[in-house]
Amino acid sequence: MKLSSPFRAGTRSRCNEPLIPSRPFLTVLSVLFSLMLSGCGGGESNVVSGNRDGVLHYGNGAEPQGLDPHVVTGVPENHIIRALFEGLAVKNPITLEPEPGVAERWEFSDGGRVITFYLNPEAKWSNGEQVTAGDYVWSWHRALHPNTGNEYSYMLFPVVNAEAYLKGKISDFNEVGVKALDNTTLQVTLNAPTPYFIQLMDHYSTFAVHPETLLQFGEMTDRYTPWTRVNNIVSNGAFKLTEWSLNRRIIVEKSDHYWDRDKVSLNQVIFYPTENVVSEERMFRAEQLHYTQVAPLDKIPLYREMLDSPYVQAPYLGTYYYLLNTQRPPVDDVRVRKALAMSVDRDKLVRSVLQNTAVPAYSITPPDTLGYFPPKLFDYNPDEARRLLAEAGYPNGEGWPGVEILYNTQEAHRKIAVAIQQMWKSELGIDVTISNQEWKVYLDAVTQIDFQVARRGWIGDYVDANNFLDMFITGGGNNNTHYADPVYDDLILYKAPKAVTREERYALFTQAETMLMEEMPIIPLYTYTSKHLIHPSVEGMHANLMDSLNLKYVKLVPGRTLPEALR
Amino acid sequence: MLRFMLIRILQALPVIFVVITATFFLVRSAPGGPFDQEKVVIPEVKKALEAQYRLDLPLHEQYFAYLGDLAQGDLGPSFKYPGRSVNEILFSGLPVTAELGLYALIIALVIGVTAGVFASLKPNTVQDYVPMSLAMIGICMPSFLLGPLLVLVFGIWLDWLPITGWGDIPGDKILPAVTLGSAYAAYIARLSRAGMLEILSQDYIRTARAKGLPEWRVVTQHALRGGLIPVIAFLGPAFAGLLAGSFVVETIFQIPGLGRFYVQAAFNRDYTMILGTTVFLSSLIVFFNLVSDIIAAWLNPRLRHQFQGGSS
Repeated sequence: MKLSSPFRAGTRSRCNEPLIPSRPFLTVLSVLFSLMLSGCGGGESNVVSGNRDGVLHYGNGAEPQGLDPHVVTGVPENHIIRALFEGLAVKNPITLEPEPGVAERWEFSDGGRVITFYLNPEAKWSNGEQVTAGDYVWSWHRALHPNTGNEYSYMLFPVVNAEAYLKGKISDFNEVGVKALDNTTLQVTLNAPTPYFIQLMDHYSTFAVHPETLLQFGEMTDRYTPWTRVNNIVSNGAFKLTEWSLNRRIIVEKSDHYWDRDKVSLNQVIFYPTENVVSEERMFRAEQLHYTQVAPLDKIPLYREMLDSPYVQAPYLGTYYYLLNTQRPPVDDVRVRKALAMSVDRDKLVRSVLQNTAVPAYSITPPDTLGYFPPKLFDYNPDEARRLLAEAGYPNGEGWPGVEILYNTQEAHRKIAVAIQQMWKSELGIDVTISNQEWKVYLDAVTQIDFQVARRGWIGDYVDANNFLDMFITGGGNNNTHYADPVYDDLILYKAPKAVTREERYALFTQAETMLMEEMPIIPLYTYTSKHLIHPSVEGMHANLMDSLNLKYVKLVPGRTLPEALR
Repeated sequence: MLRFMLIRILQALPVIFVVITATFFLVRSAPGGPFDQEKVVIPEVKKALEAQYRLDLPLHEQYFAYLGDLAQGDLGPSFKYPGRSVNEILFSGLPVTAELGLYALIIALVIGVTAGVFASLKPNTVQDYVPMSLAMIGICMPSFLLGPLLVLVFGIWLDWLPITGWGDIPGDKILPAVTLGSAYAAYIARLSRAGMLEILSQDYIRTARAKGLPEWRVVTQHALRGGLIPVIAFLGPAFAGLLAGSFVVETIFQIPGLGRFYVQAAFNRDYTMILGTTVFLSSLIVFFNLVSDIIAAWLNPRLRHQFQGGSS
C-alpha cells in the first residue's frame, strides 16, 4: 500500500520522542489510522479466490428493497429473487423462449385459453418439501389479494377474474381462473389466448412462496414480516440465502434440494450493492468483482479500444422518449409535434451525448421484440420540420410562444435536454427552456399531465410489443399525454388478443403503432442498451434483450486474467 | 449535580418534541408520496399500500399513533425497504457514520492541535499567520466544495486515492475523513491557539522556563494540559456535529451511513425513515451538548462546588 507511508511516518517520528505525556493516545491513533487505511485488500483478490472456490462476485447496482416476490418491484431485487426462487417456466438466456422450470411441461387447450402446467415432482423447497400446485394457488391468491398491495399484480390480469378480485369486484378467490387439479397439476384459465403468458411465469410476481413459512411470521397479506430473513426464508430456486448484511452484501449458496442441482456450477454468489458506478468500475479493475451492473459512460470509449475487452453492450428492452401534452399549446398541434420529432438528430445525440451506448429510436417498441420490428414513419428531416412548423403558424419560429422540457434532476437527462434544446433552436429557430424537478415532484407533474414536454423512459416487463403499446390506450395510467383514439384501443384491447397467428398479431401491432406515430403524442429518442463489465473467467453470461441472467448456467474458469491494459 | 443534570434533561425534551412535530407535518406537505413510481400504481393497490402503513387515517390520528409508537421506542417500518424497521436500518448505518466521525475527529485533533500549538509559540509572526489563515479558509470552506476538490486533486489528477465507497477498496476512507475533519481542524486550531496563548503567559510557565527546562518540555508537559481545556469542551458538540453533519460527505463519497439514508429517505418520501433519522440525530445533538455541558461544569471548580452545595 503506497498510501500508508505519509501517515505512518508522521506518527512514528512523534513516538520516538521520550516523555510524551499521552503516549497511549498516540498508539491508539496509529492503530486507528491503520484501521482506516485497511480495506478488504491484502493478498488474493476476490476473483482469484472466487474462481478457485466457485464463488461469483456480482455487482448488483443497489441494495434490494426486500426479497419478497409479491412486494418488491426493482431490478436489483429481480437478480437476487431469481437466484433464490424459480418460476413455473424460465427464459432461455440465449433465445428468451420459455423452458421448463418448476413445471416440467405445459399444455394449451380451448384454443390457448386454458393452460395446464405439470409440475416436476422433484421440484423442492429449500427445506426439502415438494412444491405443489396448491402452493401456487395460495401464492397467486396472495399476489392478487386486495390487501397485499402488490404493485405487479397486473402481471396476472390475463387470468380470468384476476383483475376483478384485486379490485374487490368479486370476493371469492375460487372464481379466479387458477385451480390445483392435484398435487402436481395446475390449471390456469385465461380471458383470452395470451401468447406472452408463459413468459410471465418467469417474472417474480408470479412466483410461488412457501405458505407455512409466511404464516409462521404473520398473515398471508402482510408486507413487512421477517419471513425473507436468513434462517427464516424457504425458497425453491437453485440457491438459498445464507447472509444478508444491509448495504454490505448478500450471499446465496447452492441449494441441495433444487431439482436441477447437477447443472448448477457455482457454489456461492455474493451480491454487492454497487450504487456508485465509478467505484464499481474500480472494484472490477481491482478484481473484486466478476461482473458489474453498468459501466461509467466516460470510461466506455477506453474499454472499447481494449483488446479482449471485458465490456459487453447489448440492446435492452427499453425506450427513452419525450411525452408531449396533446392538450397544451403549442404541442396540441400535431404539425408542431411532428416538426419537433423530425428536427432531432438522433444519430448525433447517440454519438455525442451517449457515447454510442444507445440505438436511435423512431418508434416506441424496441426493434426485434421477439421478432417484431416497429414501423419507421419519419426520419431526421429539418426541411420538412420547418415546413410543418410554418404550416402550423410559426414560420422560422416567428410568433412561437415558447416550450419547456421537464426532466427529473439528473445529469444524464440534463445533457440530453440541452442537446435537444439546441437542435430545436438551430433547426427551427424556436425558444426552448429546460426545467428540472426532484424525482417525486416530477412524477407528480407527469401523472397530472402538468407539462408541455417531459422526459420519460419505459423498460419492458416481458418481451412483447403489447407491453409498450398498451400504455397508450385511452386513460391508461402510463399514457400521460391525453392521447385517446377508440380505434387504437380496439386494436390493442380486442383485436390483437384474438389474433390466431403471430404474423396476424404483429400486423395489428404495426397498424396500431403506425396510428400512434401519425399522431406523435411522444417523441421516441433512443433504445436503451445494457452495459456490463464481465471478467474473462466468467462463462455462461449471455447478452439478451431482457438483460436476463440465469445464474444456474454460469461457470467460472480459473486462470484467466483481465486484459493487459487493465492490470 | 444530579439536579443540574435533571433540569438539563427536562429542558431537552421539549426541543425534541418540537423537532418531531415540525418534521412530521413538513414531510407530509411535500408533493409526491412514498408509493409514487415511474410505472403508475393501480389505484386499488395504492389504497391497499396506504392502508398497510396507516396512511389512510386522518393526519392527526397518524400523528398521535406515531407519537405512541415512538414512546415505545418503535420508529415504525420503512416504506422503501419493506420487511426492515427504521430502527434496524438506523443501527446498521450508525457504526459507519460513527467510524467516519471518529476518524474525522482524530484528523481534526491532530491537525488542529498541532497547528494551534505551533502558531501560539510565536504569536504574530509568519509561524502564526500561515496556519491561522489556513484555519480561516478551512472554516469558510464548506464540505460540499472541499470534498469534490479533494476528489479532483487526489482522486482524478494524481490518482492516489479511491474517490467513493467505504471499506471496499484500501484507502477509500481517507478522503471522506479528511473532508469531514478539516472544518473542525480549523476550529480546533483556533481554540488551541487561544488556550495556549493564555496559558503560556501564566506565572508557572515562566517558573518552568526559569528552571531551565527545554522549550518542548515546557510546552508538552506544562502548557498543553491547561491550554487544551477549551478544545476538550468543544469535543462533545463537535462529535455530534460530525455525526449529524456527515450527510453531505456521505452523499459525495457514497458511504452507506446514517446521513445517506437520511438524504435518500427524503428523496423516496420514506416518511417513517425521514422522521426516524431526524429524531435520532437531533436527540444525539441534544445528548452530546448535554454531556459537554456537564463535563464543562465538572471541570470548572467554581461551578462544581456550587452544584455540590446545591444538591447536599
